[in-house]
Amino acid sequence: MSENAIATLTLASPEEVAGRHLAHHFDTPQQQFDSGKLGMWLFLGTEFLLFSGLFCAYAVYRMLHPQIFIYASRYLDPVSGALCTLVLVSSGFTMAWAIRCAQLGKRTALIIALLLTIAGGFGFLVIHGYEYFEEYQQHLMWGTHYHPAVNAPRQQVMVPKSGAVGGSWSQLNQLGKQGYLVAHSNIAPAAIGPAGPALAQRPADPVTAASVTAAASQPHNVQIFFGIYFLMTGLHSIHVIVGIILLTYLLVRAIRKDFGPGYYAPVDFIGLYWGVVDMIWMFLFPLLYLIH
Amino acid sequence: MTTTTVDIGEHAREEIPVGGNYLNQGKGIKSWLFTLDHKRIGLMYLISGLTMFFIGGMLAMVIRTQLLVPNGLIFHGSYEAYKHYNQVFTLHGIIMVFMVLVPIPPGALGNFVLPLMIGAKDVAFPRLNLLSYYLYVTGAIMAVVSTLLGAVDTGWTFYTPFSIQTETYVVWMVLGIFLLGFSSILTGLNFIVTIHKLRAPGMKWFRMPVFVWASYATSIIQVAATPVLGVTLLLLVAERVMGVGIFNSALGGDPVLFQDFFWFYSHPAVYIMILPAMGIVGEIITVFSRKPIFGYKFIVMSSLAIALIGFVVWGHHLFVNGQSAEWDAIFSFMTFFVAVPSAVKVFNWLATMYKGAISLTTPMLYALSFIVLFTIGGFTGVILGALATNVVLHDTYFVVAHFHYVMMGGTIIAFIGGLHYWWPKMFGRMYNETLGRITCVMLFIGINLTFFPQFIVGAEGMPRRYATYLPQYQPYMIASTVGAYIQLAAFVLMAGYLIHSLVRGKKAAANPWGASTLDWSMASPPTTGNFQQMPVVTQGPYHYEDMEYDGRLGGFVHVEPVPALAGVGAGH
Ligand SMILES: [Cu+2]
Repeated sequence: MSENAIATLTLASPEEVAGRHLAHHFDTPQQQFDSGKLGMWLFLGTEFLLFSGLFCAYAVYRMLHPQIFIYASRYLDPVSGALCTLVLVSSGFTMAWAIRCAQLGKRTALIIALLLTIAGGFGFLVIHGYEYFEEYQQHLMWGTHYHPAVNAPRQQVMVPKSGAVGGSWSQLNQLGKQGYLVAHSNIAPAAIGPAGPALAQRPADPVTAASVTAAASQPHNVQIFFGIYFLMTGLHSIHVIVGIILLTYLLVRAIRKDFGPGYYAPVDFIGLYWGVVDMIWMFLFPLLYLIH
Repeated sequence: MTTTTVDIGEHAREEIPVGGNYLNQGKGIKSWLFTLDHKRIGLMYLISGLTMFFIGGMLAMVIRTQLLVPNGLIFHGSYEAYKHYNQVFTLHGIIMVFMVLVPIPPGALGNFVLPLMIGAKDVAFPRLNLLSYYLYVTGAIMAVVSTLLGAVDTGWTFYTPFSIQTETYVVWMVLGIFLLGFSSILTGLNFIVTIHKLRAPGMKWFRMPVFVWASYATSIIQVAATPVLGVTLLLLVAERVMGVGIFNSALGGDPVLFQDFFWFYSHPAVYIMILPAMGIVGEIITVFSRKPIFGYKFIVMSSLAIALIGFVVWGHHLFVNGQSAEWDAIFSFMTFFVAVPSAVKVFNWLATMYKGAISLTTPMLYALSFIVLFTIGGFTGVILGALATNVVLHDTYFVVAHFHYVMMGGTIIAFIGGLHYWWPKMFGRMYNETLGRITCVMLFIGINLTFFPQFIVGAEGMPRRYATYLPQYQPYMIASTVGAYIQLAAFVLMAGYLIHSLVRGKKAAANPWGASTLDWSMASPPTTGNFQQMPVVTQGPYHYEDMEYDGRLGGFVHVEPVPALAGVGAGH
């Protein structure tokens, strides 16, 4: 956009600015804004539905195997989760502030608010990324990648801390991989999950009695929890990344003096998106971190 | 300004720049590839969709040719050969469902007609509309790529655990379908906002044509069901790429959960396919019976009821898959229940024709075929929805026959009827009416001959998706294949006379059928801006007393001072 255009933009009245952004097939700026808002709400509805599939998977497995969720949730760090929540909520507030600034035409405040919101997004990614990294190091992963070593659950020790325990777990896991994969069309009750038969048929194994008790006190199929955990938080993190990109786009346009009382729809709509991303985390945090 | 837009015929003709219309306003390939005009995007959908329909149809011919003899005419004798057969029917299903039946009725006809019908200049988000189209194209290309790398052999349903184990390129195909789903969501979203916010002055909700209502109901399903398909497909990708284990019993997951997720989308998707078809049939029947549609509000409400009830019947695909008896009963009951609004529609169409001045034009013949074929498909759906019979008929050719009656005999027939109905508006040309009627009769015979024998062999226990069969079924299978070739001949004939119409066809009048909806109120084809003046609506969509056929124009014109619609000033 040329220098001239920017100059006229700032001088023009809100109505003129609104008219300039009016697409040919709309009659009034109000009609255009309302259409955009309805479209955005519908899109956000589909975002909820996208996550709803994962929430359903969560609900089904938690209903059938509550012990897995109670056990595995202790591996997650609620402090880190709470920190994530705090950062996201704050960025939600700064986003709301940004919308207000755009409506009032306060350019500098808008830029600051957007920068803070973007910082919040990055803050969330950093904290959560570190959590992922820790989980990766401890092999607290999905599917066959789940084989935690000596580390006991973070929140409360349910099994005795001993080297033998770790050994037996990985051995059992090995066996599970080798041949006791039970092919069911329904969810196997936890007791006959992959490690179940292995445990039952290994009386002569050189595993100490204590470790067998320890292994037994760990529910089978804990990896399911981590599968769901990574899918849910991963999909959410992707949305945070998309949000940061959109916010950066807003930032560029804010610096270009595009927004004011006559035209602030993009700030409003992307703000809605950011709000929904926040809100989904509000569900994820208690469902994954705070199970007791 | 006293000129009225509804004043079809000479007035409209004079106002349009000579020879100017959306097809030639803007030249060159770029003006098409980057167009934001809903009509051009509709045409691009049409061309892409017909291309995919051709490919899917050829695959169907391969299947039918294979089944001419019990041991298989094309693929026989080896595991590899049978695997190729699996790939063929899988691709046939995927192409027809995800690239033709779901996206094309809304994408082609909906895009073209819907803004015209409600008096809008375009859809609410033209750029998003173009994006939808390119997502569709990209999805289709990814499907082609996956086919070249290693064609999927899971069936179009991608059931786990096989879809996790097979060596074929499931991930590519599934990601392609994810894009197709995204395209479908955006189209639905666009239509909902268009209908809510861009109706012409006076176009109240209950003055909208039934096709608009049907599109609205379709869009609701597209927006509300497709995201679940999206997440299901993403989970399947995560399963194959990461081994996440949600659907894998070896890792503690549940393969049946996939089926629940899949059918939560795919049953409502059946209504994505059939609702626009029902809307098209409603429009055709009222116009060619010269009678306002009977029970307008019932038709409207039944569309919405179908859309809503359609969300709670998915379990009827899992009657024999370990679902509890209680859920079986609930899903079976809901399945019966969803038949009610469909039946309401059929009764209303019949009542519309009762004592009407019916003219058996090509579109009308298609609408009548639709009613017959859809009713057969619907009734056999009730048989499959009943628990006792479902256990016997599950995964037999009875199921194949049922959904082909609904999809081919329903959606495709109605879509072709709609294509013939709006053809003059789209291209400004008439087609050969006699050939049109002959083709429709051929298709009607061909479809019945193809699919009716499959009910019989299905009831006798012939399983679906097998490359071979017992010799006792051969007579039926031969009849079925002959029917398929009759359909092929009909489509070839249709392609011939439609292409001829594009080149040599008689120029079409603004309103050749005498329809009273707004989509016929401008010249054929319309200009890029659709309406010369903003139309103002003062009454319901269907009223036929005030128009009369004018032989010189080859179309209908208004005879009375128009009470229905009046133009407003050029202030807009
Ligand atoms: Cu169904």
